[in-house]
Amino acid sequence: MPSLKDLKNRIGSVKNTRKITKAMQMVAAAKLRRAQEAAEAARPFAERMTAVMSALAAGVGTGEGAPKLLAGNGKDQVHLLVVMTSERGLCGGFNSSIVKLARTRANELVAAGKTVKILTVGKKGREQLRRDWGHAFVGHVDLSEVKRIGYANAQNIAREVMAAFEAGEADVVTIFYNRFQSVISQIPTEQQVIPARFEATGATALYDYEPSEEAILADLLPRGVATQIFTALLENGASEQGARMSAMDNATRNAGDMINRLTIQYNRSRQAAITKELIEIISGAEAL
Amino acid sequence: MASTVQFDLVSPERRLASFAATEVQIPGADGDMTAMEGHAATITSLRPGVLRVVAADGEKSFIVTGGFAEISATGVSVLAEQAVPLNELTAATLDALVADACEAAAVNSDKDAADKAVADLYAMRAAAGI
Repeated sequence: MPSLKDLKNRIGSVKNTRKITKAMQMVAAAKLRRAQEAAEAARPFAERMTAVMSALAAGVGTGEGAPKLLAGNGKDQVHLLVVMTSERGLCGGFNSSIVKLARTRANELVAAGKTVKILTVGKKGREQLRRDWGHAFVGHVDLSEVKRIGYANAQNIAREVMAAFEAGEADVVTIFYNRFQSVISQIPTEQQVIPARFEATGATALYDYEPSEEAILADLLPRGVATQIFTALLENGASEQGARMSAMDNATRNAGDMINRLTIQYNRSRQAAITKELIEIISGAEAL
Repeated sequence: MASTVQFDLVSPERRLASFAATEVQIPGADGDMTAMEGHAATITSLRPGVLRVVAADGEKSFIVTGGFAEISATGVSVLAEQAVPLNELTAATLDALVADACEAAAVNSDKDAADKAVADLYAMRAAAGI
């Protein structure tokens, strides 16, 4: 049975924890709003980009002479997995769900006799993957200094990935991130970026191309990779804040419950001590 | 009243403009072109330059560093890599752009293309009058 003083200290410390989690929840809510706005602002560009690229890709096809970023280099031996996670913890199952998906995929690939390489973005995923897949790490992108994710960040990642592809160090590149659905639901997603995959739109408008179809496609494909990565980073950013917000909301509620329970226990033991003292006094008086 | 086309200018980070325009002058990779209503459907890549849009309420200019434009009979959408409204442009932003391009030119294997980008930027700077 803890003493009254212990209980009181305990209640005080849980109250402090509740204040912190409450504050974190509010900060996450504000950041979430900004992250969502950023994701929405980027959407028109990504949509147009995909529309134009699928029209072009349908025109050029994946036959001989097609750009490598589109048709692949004819192999699928080495898979590069780009695992995007957060830089900070305390966001519920956000990082674990991405890592879990990536790990399942990596196991499948290894079972199929493929080589797996991993590029991590964000240090939380790296920490979780290090034990099982540390030998497969080929690089790490640190975004902890980045306050606001810009297109330039995505371009840097894209450049690294494409350099690996062109050097023949990777044949297929897949990115892993959390797609933002709502504050309580984020969907771990894997998306193949190289060779690029498009849903066939069917209706291809007839366009004139300047300078030429191939030249535009060659110019566009690297941009497409960067845009996909950028979209993924933004979705991930919004998901992270959403996950953190709901995790902290739960933590705040738990702390409240705990305080209630501890307060009841505290009151009971105080009452027990008073009753005990009274009994001692009364029985002492009766014995006289 | 001249007929109009729907003009959209988007960069990866935000939508910069969306309104009805009577004509759009685009700095295409193979030369400038002006798109008006009824233009043949065209996709062109952009070089660094000044994008001028004439609307009913006046003329607006933006500088773009690259990207591409999709022109159809009823609309023009410009997907720029980076775009800045001309009236918000400062010498400092331009210097940063030129520095970026020079840096890229130093490491780029395609020397001609990179040098052209730098030259285009200087031309753009002259056109912008800064």
